[in-house]
Amino acid sequence: MASVTVPATPRGLLKRPTAITGAFSWFTTVDHKKIGIMYGVAAFVFFIVGGLEALLIRTQLYRPDGTLLNADQYNQVFTMHGITMIFLFVMPMSSALFNYLIPLMIGARDVAFPRLNAYSFWAFALGGLFLYSSPFLGGAPNGGWFGYAPNSTTDPSIGMTFYALGLIITGIASTAGAVNLTVTVVNMRAPGMSLFRMPPFVWMGLVVQFLLVFSLPIITVALFQLLFDRRWDTAFFDPTRGGDPILWQHLFWLFGHPEVYILILPAFGIFSEVLPVFSRKPLFGYQFVVFSGIAIGFIGFGVWAHHMFAAGLGPVANTAFGISTAIIAVPTGIKIFNWMGTMYGGDIRFTSAMLYSVGGVAMFVIGGLSGVTHAIVPSDYQQTDTYYIVAHFHYVIFGGAVFAFFSAFFYWWPKVFGRRLGEASGKVQFWILLVGFNLAFGPMHVLGLQGMIRREYSYPESLGLTFWNQVSTVGAFLIALSVLLFVVNVVRTHMKARGEAVEDPWDARTIEWMTTSPPPVHNFDEIPTVHSLDEFWHRKYVEDERTGTLVPAQAGAADTHDDGRAGHGAIHLPSPSFWPLVSALGLPIMGYGVLYSWWLVGLGALVVLTGIFGWALEPSVAEE
Amino acid sequence: MRKKVLWTLGSVAAGLLLAACAPNATQDTLQPVGDVAKQQKALFVPVFWVAVAVFVIVQGGILYIAIRYRHRKGRDRMPRQTHGNTRLEIGWTIAPAVVLAVVTVPTVAMIWDLARPAGEGALNITVEGYQWWWGFAYPDDDMVTEWDRPIAIADTMVVPTGRQISLALESKGGGAQDANQDPDFQVIHSFWVPELFGKQDVVPGRTNHIVFSVDEPGTYTGQCAEFCGLQHGRMKLEVRALEPADWDAWVENQKTLAPSPTDPLAQQGEELFLNPLSDGRGACTACHAVGDQGGAAAPNLSHFADPQHTCFAGCNWPIEDREALAAWLADPGAVKLGAKMPDYQLTDEEIDALVAYLYSLT
Amino acid sequence: MADLAITPGHGAAEPHDEHATTTGLPNTKIAMWVFLASECLLFGALITTYVLYRGASDTGPYPADVFDIPYTSVSSFVLLASSLTMVLSLAAAQKRDVARMRLWLLATALLGLTFVGGQVYEFTAFYDEGLSITTNLFGTTFYVLTGFHGVHVTVGILMLLSLVGFSVADRLPDDAAFPVEMVGLYWHFVDIVWIIIFTVVYLIPSPSPAPA
Repeated sequence: MASVTVPATPRGLLKRPTAITGAFSWFTTVDHKKIGIMYGVAAFVFFIVGGLEALLIRTQLYRPDGTLLNADQYNQVFTMHGITMIFLFVMPMSSALFNYLIPLMIGARDVAFPRLNAYSFWAFALGGLFLYSSPFLGGAPNGGWFGYAPNSTTDPSIGMTFYALGLIITGIASTAGAVNLTVTVVNMRAPGMSLFRMPPFVWMGLVVQFLLVFSLPIITVALFQLLFDRRWDTAFFDPTRGGDPILWQHLFWLFGHPEVYILILPAFGIFSEVLPVFSRKPLFGYQFVVFSGIAIGFIGFGVWAHHMFAAGLGPVANTAFGISTAIIAVPTGIKIFNWMGTMYGGDIRFTSAMLYSVGGVAMFVIGGLSGVTHAIVPSDYQQTDTYYIVAHFHYVIFGGAVFAFFSAFFYWWPKVFGRRLGEASGKVQFWILLVGFNLAFGPMHVLGLQGMIRREYSYPESLGLTFWNQVSTVGAFLIALSVLLFVVNVVRTHMKARGEAVEDPWDARTIEWMTTSPPPVHNFDEIPTVHSLDEFWHRKYVEDERTGTLVPAQAGAADTHDDGRAGHGAIHLPSPSFWPLVSALGLPIMGYGVLYSWWLVGLGALVVLTGIFGWALEPSVAEE
Repeated sequence: MRKKVLWTLGSVAAGLLLAACAPNATQDTLQPVGDVAKQQKALFVPVFWVAVAVFVIVQGGILYIAIRYRHRKGRDRMPRQTHGNTRLEIGWTIAPAVVLAVVTVPTVAMIWDLARPAGEGALNITVEGYQWWWGFAYPDDDMVTEWDRPIAIADTMVVPTGRQISLALESKGGGAQDANQDPDFQVIHSFWVPELFGKQDVVPGRTNHIVFSVDEPGTYTGQCAEFCGLQHGRMKLEVRALEPADWDAWVENQKTLAPSPTDPLAQQGEELFLNPLSDGRGACTACHAVGDQGGAAAPNLSHFADPQHTCFAGCNWPIEDREALAAWLADPGAVKLGAKMPDYQLTDEEIDALVAYLYSLT
Repeated sequence: MADLAITPGHGAAEPHDEHATTTGLPNTKIAMWVFLASECLLFGALITTYVLYRGASDTGPYPADVFDIPYTSVSSFVLLASSLTMVLSLAAAQKRDVARMRLWLLATALLGLTFVGGQVYEFTAFYDEGLSITTNLFGTTFYVLTGFHGVHVTVGILMLLSLVGFSVADRLPDDAAFPVEMVGLYWHFVDIVWIIIFTVVYLIPSPSPAPA
């Protein structure tokens, strides 16, 4: 048995933090599991905030000529709703799951760069707080999450400057995180875990990290250009000096479309883990699912202009992007059939996790189909910028990603916390969510086709849009109710004394279930040696290759040739550190400096540099 | 069981389509009147039914599998382990590809069809997007006023039926400033009248085109579809499609100056309008034009109350709503937050006079 | 500590030296390559913006009015020469010749500083000729593109000087070749980007502005 040592001696500029438990340890932790939990908590808080913004929007639109919000407030609220849900909820929630699970699923003790991981989290969290300081400092971003120039460059409120700076900061966080997780997956797999023995969730995670690595720099450049235009009067998007507003759209969507897959591929990974477990069958066509995920990653960079069909790019561009958009529907679509094939003939146990995954697949199908109608370019001239689009992407992102997140919560909660979430409550929550979701977003298809545009703060009664808007608002509050139920479920679960054993509650397939729940700080006492896809499953059951039938493996006869080459001797875990937090802290200070004063920029840069030097001079493992 | 499920799903889809055709929806893409909107609907509807078919097959399949293979109490069974079936998977890769290829063919054909420039004899209109209202100028040679400028109107676009119309879309910005001295910015708008044609963006520095025609006389509503700032939601318009005889009459009226008012109140209003206001409050004609006088930063009011003109101030109030007009003049920002027309501190008497004058501009 | 690599901004290598990596390559090396791939897209977007706006300025000064090609050629040569000294310092580090390693690192930093200094001088000269970042699209795209590159060079200089400083303070491992190699990767990348920028911005003549 390996012994774990987390020793420390004071060295470096500050006294090295040593605590790995207690409240203070969360600020200095470099443990991917703790960081994953912090990502999850922060993202969930932002989910609640973004959800409250959605309720404001829906309450405003419940009646014609709504007066709850004025035009200015409404524009800020819908912009913050979009930014929050995309950059501060779905992306970091995916990071939470990847952070916590990828090292466990590939049999690593941590990510490749634990301190960089902490840095990513703090930069994201501080970037989010930076964005949310804007309402108190003169106004929140008000030009839409897509920030189209020159409206975003000329708007007199300070909001869009916050937008540019805040997204640059969270972009730095995501880039650092993506580099980190890429290296982790490429370089830190357990012995025997070849690429095609990786769980599909890890595969989708890898594709997402590549998408982030290649798309984030593009939006970063665009955001800098926006910032320079706003703050220093450059001419990038200024039509009066020859600048072309379409450039912003190209740069934004060159990032923005891969971003859509950044949001949804984690969900594909979750479905591909949960459906096999609760069908008690392997994923149908593992290679197909993996390769279609990779294909989506590549083609995802070639469809951006389908967000710009009405921008007047000309028939050549519209034809090309119409066709490429139709093409990307193929690898997306076939996954649905693979998931159905997985369930077909299975022994399907409808736990809460399974309900969310099946429901998520079903809802995603609707979003996919309405997506295909956007590829029909001339009909998209009618649909774009209407509620039809709002319906479409909520079916994709809420129906896909959010359902998948809830599935993941119920599935992996025992792994992370050693407790199962309440199943009965989870099922009730699922049905409320399913009904509420469809009531909220289904009618938006109709509203869009009836000519209701996006981003309008009110509509007149004469357009005949009232009824479906009211249905939609009722649905939105049902969604809120189901989220509330989830929160209650979490609280109740954690108030109860720990009950049943949760080492392998679902008869799972992948190796994260081979360690204790919650896992020890070093993840595995002995790193398992991997012999096949679904390693854990194959250690529990022996499959007759010819007939496809299973028999439980004889106790002790299972193939457990762990060579444990990592397991012997002391395991040196990276020690806690202040420096990631310090260097991340410099970023928002620089941000405020850009807004208010050069000396603050200097101070922020100094903080960043101090953090980096402290970091570089401090050994990753404190010396014994 | 399965049939019932499929039937239910099918009727839900059909119900949704019907609901989308609700008779009280007045800006409905599924009740097209113009030729372009009709073509676009003709492309959407078959694709919609293909999507419904796929929806029914896939959701039906999911439901069937979920019910058929659900775990039953007391029957602990380990299912047969199937890892995949290459032939099947290639099949369901090719099938959607074929379906998509089929719908792409008419798509591409129509992209090129809609991009074709207008033919001979089309009516040209320059659509001007401002923050936050639409202006329309008629640049053709036979549309010149007696004071030698192209016919120019705002908020209502008047067109003849049965004639091809070519719109040139331009984003404008400039002179007007709101109470905070924020200028009217050149930003992206999108021009859209759902019953007549799908939208095209109005991009600064570029000129996009829409070519369409409309056979039925009537009033069609539209609005800016691309987020363009504070009052994006209030940037509307109406299209008045007139029979050729009415059209000719309208054009003739537009070409001549509205007669000077005879009513003393309206005369007083004219005086206020055409001259700088007292106490250095500025002048209406700094931004608005009537006939050959005035600027171009705000709606041209030469024939503000022409019977074919329907609405004002971003097309948010009907012309005949006298109270709305008075409220607008009293404090534009109070009824339309951030409106670029400043509050000129007009007295009630001044407002009455100006309203009377504006209604005299038929 | 066996392989402490100093790569500011992207963290020191967190060595998991108790077991081999999957690919056999150090984590930090893969991370650096992935990061540089990301940087390619960053400069790709900036250079694309510059190229798209070539000849789009509606007012002068235009490129031909301000560029001093011989001057910039010399400073480009200085930057290229720094890649050579970087290679020499890595060679020295591999031979554990600490004195030479420090010398060549300092030389590299000095050449880099010369380049940045040249850039500052060039910016000032252009500004005096009436080209500011707000003057026209050329000013906007030129300053932002070359400025981003200049910041990258500056960060590289900081990393080089830090290596020297750490080495003097005896905070580098005995085998310093690895951190030197990592900083070198970054440094060469920044040099290569400059070759592209120099070609696109200075050497390929911009279409002449439309006559006013």
